[in-house]
Amino acid sequence: MKVRALLAVILLATFGPKCVRAQGSSTLANKPILIQNATILTITHGNIEHGSILIRDGKIAAVGTDVKAPDGTTVIDANGQYVMPGIIDCHSHIAVDGSVNEGSISVSSMANIADVLNPDDISIYDDLAGGVTTANILHGSANPIGGQTIVIKLRWGKQASDLPFQGALPGIKFALGENPKRSNFTPPPGVEPRYPATRMGVEETIREAFIEAREYKKQWDDYNRKKAAGDQNLLPPRRNEKLEPLVEVMEGKRYVHAHCYRADEILMLIRVANEFGFKVRTFQHVLEGYKIADEIAASGSGGSTFSDWWAYKMEAFDAIPYNAAVMTERGVVVSVNSDDAEEARHLNQEAAKSMKYGGLSANDALKLVTLNPAIQLGIDNRVGSIEVGKDADLAIFNHDPLSVYAVVQKTLIDGQVYFDREKDIAARPALEKEKQDLLAKEKKASEEKKASEKPEANPEKKPDQKKKHPQASEDSAAAVAGGGR
Amino acid sequence: MQDRFKFRQVCGVFVGLCIAGLIGSAYSTRGDEGEPRYFAVVNARIVTGTGAVIDNGTVVIAKGLIQTVGANVTVPPEAWVIDGKGLTVYPGLIDAGTDLGLPKEEGSESAATGRGRRRAASSGEIAKGPEDRPGTSPWRVAADELKTDDKRIETWRNAGFTTTLAVPDGGLFPGQATLIDLAGDRAGDYVVKATATLPISFKPIGGFWGFPDSLMGSIAYIRQVFDDSNWYAQAEPIYESNVTKFERLPYDRTERLIARGVHDKEIVLLPANNSVQILRALRLTDEWKINAVLYGGQQGYEVAGAIAAKKMPVLVSLKWPEREKDADPDAEQTLRELRFRDRAPSSPAALAKAGVKFAFYSGGLSTPKDILKNARKAVDVGLAPDAALRAFTVDAAKILGVGDRMGSIAQGKIANLIVTDGDLFNEKTKVKHVFVDGRCFEIHEEPPAEKTGDHKSDGPPSSQPRRLASEAEVGR
Repeated sequence: MKVRALLAVILLATFGPKCVRAQGSSTLANKPILIQNATILTITHGNIEHGSILIRDGKIAAVGTDVKAPDGTTVIDANGQYVMPGIIDCHSHIAVDGSVNEGSISVSSMANIADVLNPDDISIYDDLAGGVTTANILHGSANPIGGQTIVIKLRWGKQASDLPFQGALPGIKFALGENPKRSNFTPPPGVEPRYPATRMGVEETIREAFIEAREYKKQWDDYNRKKAAGDQNLLPPRRNEKLEPLVEVMEGKRYVHAHCYRADEILMLIRVANEFGFKVRTFQHVLEGYKIADEIAASGSGGSTFSDWWAYKMEAFDAIPYNAAVMTERGVVVSVNSDDAEEARHLNQEAAKSMKYGGLSANDALKLVTLNPAIQLGIDNRVGSIEVGKDADLAIFNHDPLSVYAVVQKTLIDGQVYFDREKDIAARPALEKEKQDLLAKEKKASEEKKASEKPEANPEKKPDQKKKHPQASEDSAAAVAGGGR
Repeated sequence: MQDRFKFRQVCGVFVGLCIAGLIGSAYSTRGDEGEPRYFAVVNARIVTGTGAVIDNGTVVIAKGLIQTVGANVTVPPEAWVIDGKGLTVYPGLIDAGTDLGLPKEEGSESAATGRGRRRAASSGEIAKGPEDRPGTSPWRVAADELKTDDKRIETWRNAGFTTTLAVPDGGLFPGQATLIDLAGDRAGDYVVKATATLPISFKPIGGFWGFPDSLMGSIAYIRQVFDDSNWYAQAEPIYESNVTKFERLPYDRTERLIARGVHDKEIVLLPANNSVQILRALRLTDEWKINAVLYGGQQGYEVAGAIAAKKMPVLVSLKWPEREKDADPDAEQTLRELRFRDRAPSSPAALAKAGVKFAFYSGGLSTPKDILKNARKAVDVGLAPDAALRAFTVDAAKILGVGDRMGSIAQGKIANLIVTDGDLFNEKTKVKHVFVDGRCFEIHEEPPAEKTGDHKSDGPPSSQPRRLASEAEVGR
């Protein structure tokens, strides 16, 4: 079972979204910010004691022990605290409006998470409170080829259109094994089970879809070539929302994130991908990755796994907590992900488990939730470490983030404070009061409504009854008379 | 005659007797042959709906249209006159979205194409993808399915509603909505605009086993339908001029119909109630290049500026959010839910302030009394009463593309009027007369069981229409 050591969890769940919007993001906009006196975990250039980070225009402008701040700089004193790059969660399902699965069909690539981003999901704020700044929002795992996916920054309080990580390539979810073959779902009587029902069927479904996509691409290429050559009388091919993203995969414009467990199916997908000329960007879960770490490394794919969560279904039995460490040692770029809004609140601790299981260094453990997922998502030029020129996406902890005692104090994205523990705590009484006031107002309104309905109803009824009374007796007399006949 | 009297409470005994005397048992389609076609409401306060209020004026109705309106108007001798002293005339109210007059889903075509699928989950009916066109029947037109025996038609009309948008339900493209006036002898008489709007729903209809069973699947499907329609619009003329060169085009009812609708800039109704849905709908409207109107709009107070920037009209549902009646009393309620329930009625005021054109619709409210009561809630939290009136009248008409023929009291407009004994948004105000297409309905508090007898014994109320000329003249 999954260990959920939640010593450091901040309790926020009782408040709805928006309640903290007033606090979100605006505080330090555009003015330079200096975070000073901190232990800075740069990930790429070691740790800096008593260091400072200067942030300008949302980017890291300077890092070191001797950073000069210009006049008008807002200073965050982080004495005794730790600053690490904002945590990147390579497998998340937060901030989605409606179901994360279009599970009705085997290839649901027309469905797109980008269409249904929900900036009001409280999980965004919860995860910010765990130091997460970027998340890979994936479609579910119900289909061999699932829906389109998107990388977002957790810009709480902003609109859906402000969430996407600009410049990050979009992705698509694939899934292998029990989920896409619907092992754990039985349709009601009269409904045919969905194809495929076996692992070979999953392979065939993916291959067939790419054959179709290859043909589709050829149609469009032919059309565009003839059109460019001046042919006017051309019937255009139909645009196909299912196949477009698969063409993008083959053209390298869209990353494949493949849910998988068993070694054999992982090797299968590497072969299928080779056949159609694309690479699997990340194998997700990849619990048997340790068995075939060399093959995954050779394929150039990343592995995004759990720290120590397994045995929740048959195909998840043959897993070990050493998975992340073993794959790392064999040269795979490895990340540890949450796949869960709550787990995302302590990914720092999930990373730390790979020090116990497999003996990773502290820095390599932190890489599992910072630089490595950034590499996997193709955004390591922007985030994942504390370096001059990178986005100022930072998490400030009160202790070493690899300690169970570490609690996030502030989380910054693009140099703006999106979570501030002190302000959050300070805001709670007012929010609670607002809530109680609204509840009281509603209660009062409903009582008034009841009260106004009663006296109105009664006097109206009474005269009615009086009036009706003689009538009723006439009627009954007639009825009696009628009955007498 | 008796049937017609049961159906419409025609204005009092005088009118009734006259009709009886004039036309006997003859049926007429629009009442041309005997029913009075000329009316005048005199000495009334007239709220024209376009801003002007005439304190003591006259409206003359002739053959279904407003002939004249003003302070100094000569009443033609053929008109039946209503003394409007102490009364106010308003344009007839428009409910911009109801299922009034539409058949219940069971047994209708939508049961086979829309939500009915979920109930009858047999393999043959479960959609395996966009090509199966799940929940799609845009060729259905509400006008063709009108049930004029819907009791609510009279209820709505008695409350002052002369016009409704009849919106089919069930499915992603349930069918085209029809604008109807709430009176007529046959269903066809009701129809003002048969294909007024094309409503879309994002509600997944697959029921887990069929496509689509997610919001993103619904949106993806609708996107594919617009793709296909655009393809057809592009491909059809190319094919027609090269029939020997290409394989013939397959027949797809949906894409052909939507292609024509998009080309004709037919209004597409997109669901958008909370702020996330509203902003999403604004993006999809741009992407799909459709002439959209949003419906829902209850969290418009958060994003009124964005709606205004797109000049997007909104139909605001007056079914304000409430806590579910059978909700667990101990269940945790989020502040966001509480705020939404508290602030939803402030949306119309926010939209008005931002300059968004909006109309009201009943959105599933079961009585017209609640419609006006809920509109009053919007007025109570800042919506100007004249803006509220516009949302029921002139703005509704403009949004639905019929501003040239209804929504205000002006010469040449369809004679949809209501006469009240006070301010429309005052709870105590009663509607006394309703004119639909120039036909007069007298409204009784509670319809008397025996109309004629009651009136004889009580004597006519002062506002009942009287002929200026003698009854002998009418006989000619």
